Amino acid sequence: MPKLLLKNGTVVDPAQNIHAKLDLLIEDGWIAGLKEKITAPGAEVRDLRGKYVAPGLIDMHTHLREPGQEEKETIKTGSKAAVAGGFTSIACMANTDPVADDVSIIKHIKEVAERSGIVNVLPIGACTLGLKGEHITQIGEMQRFGAAAFSDDGQTIASALVLRRALEYASMFGAIVISHCEDKSLANGGSMNEGFLSTKLGLPGLPRAAETIMVARDIELAKNFGRLHLAHISTQESLELIRRAKKQKAPVTCETAPHYLLLTEEAVGAYNTSAKMNPPLRQEQDRLALIDALKDGTIDIIATDHAPHTLDNKRVEFNLAAFGIAGLETALPLLYTHLVKKNIISLDRLIELMSVNPAKIFGLNKGTLKIGAPADVTVIDPDAEKKVDKTKFYSKGKNTPFDGWRLSGWPALTIVGGRIKYTSAEGVLLKKL
Amino acid sequence: MKDLLGLKDLSAVQLGLILARAFSYKKQFGSLGRIKKVLADRHILTLFYEPSTRTLTSFNVAAGRLGARVNNISVSGSSIQKGETLIDTIRNLEVLGFSAVIIRHTHGGAPRLAADNTKMAVINAGDGFNEHPTQALLDIMTMQQYKGSLKKKKIVIVGDIAHSRVARSNIWGLLKLGASVTVSGPATLIPKGIEDFGVRVEHDLDRALSDADFVNVLRMQHERQADQNFIPSKREYHRLFGINEKRLARAKPRLLVLHPGPLNRSVEISSGIADGGQNVILEQVVNGIAVRMAVLTLLIGRAKNA
Repeated sequence: MPKLLLKNGTVVDPAQNIHAKLDLLIEDGWIAGLKEKITAPGAEVRDLRGKYVAPGLIDMHTHLREPGQEEKETIKTGSKAAVAGGFTSIACMANTDPVADDVSIIKHIKEVAERSGIVNVLPIGACTLGLKGEHITQIGEMQRFGAAAFSDDGQTIASALVLRRALEYASMFGAIVISHCEDKSLANGGSMNEGFLSTKLGLPGLPRAAETIMVARDIELAKNFGRLHLAHISTQESLELIRRAKKQKAPVTCETAPHYLLLTEEAVGAYNTSAKMNPPLRQEQDRLALIDALKDGTIDIIATDHAPHTLDNKRVEFNLAAFGIAGLETALPLLYTHLVKKNIISLDRLIELMSVNPAKIFGLNKGTLKIGAPADVTVIDPDAEKKVDKTKFYSKGKNTPFDGWRLSGWPALTIVGGRIKYTSAEGVLLKKL
Repeated sequence: MKDLLGLKDLSAVQLGLILARAFSYKKQFGSLGRIKKVLADRHILTLFYEPSTRTLTSFNVAAGRLGARVNNISVSGSSIQKGETLIDTIRNLEVLGFSAVIIRHTHGGAPRLAADNTKMAVINAGDGFNEHPTQALLDIMTMQQYKGSLKKKKIVIVGDIAHSRVARSNIWGLLKLGASVTVSGPATLIPKGIEDFGVRVEHDLDRALSDADFVNVLRMQHERQADQNFIPSKREYHRLFGINEKRLARAKPRLLVLHPGPLNRSVEISSGIADGGQNVILEQVVNGIAVRMAVLTLLIGRAKNA
């Protein structure tokens, strides 16, 4: 593998408290040098003047659909979408068909991902067999073969006792359980946030309490039985509970997704199924509370909840449309444009939320550019400006509410394990360099 | 206007236009033979994903009086049960040459999805619990027939507001015409955010009725009690929200009772009221034909006809 020298970029590595103009040298897939003015004879040199060089982004919440729903996405198309969006590692949820509740599926996913060799794919194993919420899975064995975390995402483990068992069992291996907080009985088949707008559109509502109740329950379970990460938080009340829990040193962390930070239920408009997701888009007060929680550290991670669907899954009656949006290829420029550029949070904080913290929380040897770390690097071009064009997505999922948004801060270069996998000029590079 | 999807998006002027035409058709009901067959060259389709008796029949009668030919498709007996999507269904029907499709559907927003994907005029005959515009128009027409302008008139809608498209369309229409609306019903069946429509919520029906000019009584669907636990019993429902002689005796003497039908006697309405002089239920049915004639001619009639 040739050496790669990234020159003249501004290195942003919150893990080392670095925000400075430095050169970065990559050798054999590892970070080999980080200082001013590196010279490395024989190295491929990239001049990154005016660009930011950050530890590779890590998305701990995606759905890659393979095996079972390859018409929506495959591990390969999802991997391409990831590097095109500046991600160097993506964790994929277990709600495939068959469910990733057994070591054989975990191995399969890793194998397929490694064969296309585009991005680090970190499979998430199911917490319970078949996502049924009844019998816990072989968490230890799955972890041994590469499962990065454990979750029944999409389903809530309705029984507190079963979740207790999963937390206790997972704690033996230091494995992190991710919880999808939704009281299904209260959700009762709803399809958008419950309130004036759902009443106006005549759509069944998803009450905010359906989320908050489970957040409260899960915090109590975490305090008593083990470490828990809460997925896609969307309400102000959930954040208040989490903030208090963290003050009490409860072993909980949480994430939200870009769409909750940038949109409200108004995006549903006249039955726009591209704005249908679960949890649903909430209200302005929630959006503002989420932004505050990014600032004060209540939210640890921004993850995309990338949920690709076919056009047919979305071109139907709103109630019948699938939940979720494609997120990998828009997350970074959306957040850069609407949070960093508007001085709501710093770029350093954004990198913390999208790289440092995911690595720290899930115990990955990533999320930093310190010497000796794996060379996963995302280069961001703050000046690159273009419109989101869903027809150009690498993902099979074209279901996005952000189509046509003019954004800046697109990835210029995505380096995975020392190899350039994406450049804004050439697109995704499949062949191994 | 290509479609009639709901009253939410109509202006007071547009409502007035439909209602004026409906009143003018109604005047001609004495001599049906003289009504111009302005839709004689039109094919109309009804596409019902939910069972219906009066709405379906009413549309058929209305179209018949205007000379249109009507085909009726209901879900049982169609390829919809074979998994065809709504958009595919609509595209197929369009090329068969229909001018208008009248849709009743289980899910809110379905007629809009259809309308966005066809050149045919789409008339909403009830979608989920979103809207049922022709029902509200006939309710409003009936109210106007008895009491003229609805400006500042007080209307109570009682029953299962949460799952009622009739209630929502009534609220949109009545508020645009300057009426004041109170909704009443069990707290389990009042939808979140309804106050923001500009209506009052009153769980004490007697208080709601005390100064009302009209009460529109919604049908209490059996399954709301039996399977879904919204109310504990029909008996208690009737005691709290049923319209009966005792309750009307405490209200204004000229209060008129409307009901979209079909009636659940002894649940939301007593037989004494259902058969008595204070209800205008059958007049609503007659007006329904006039309203639907008006809507059909406005949407698919030739410009100068009708």
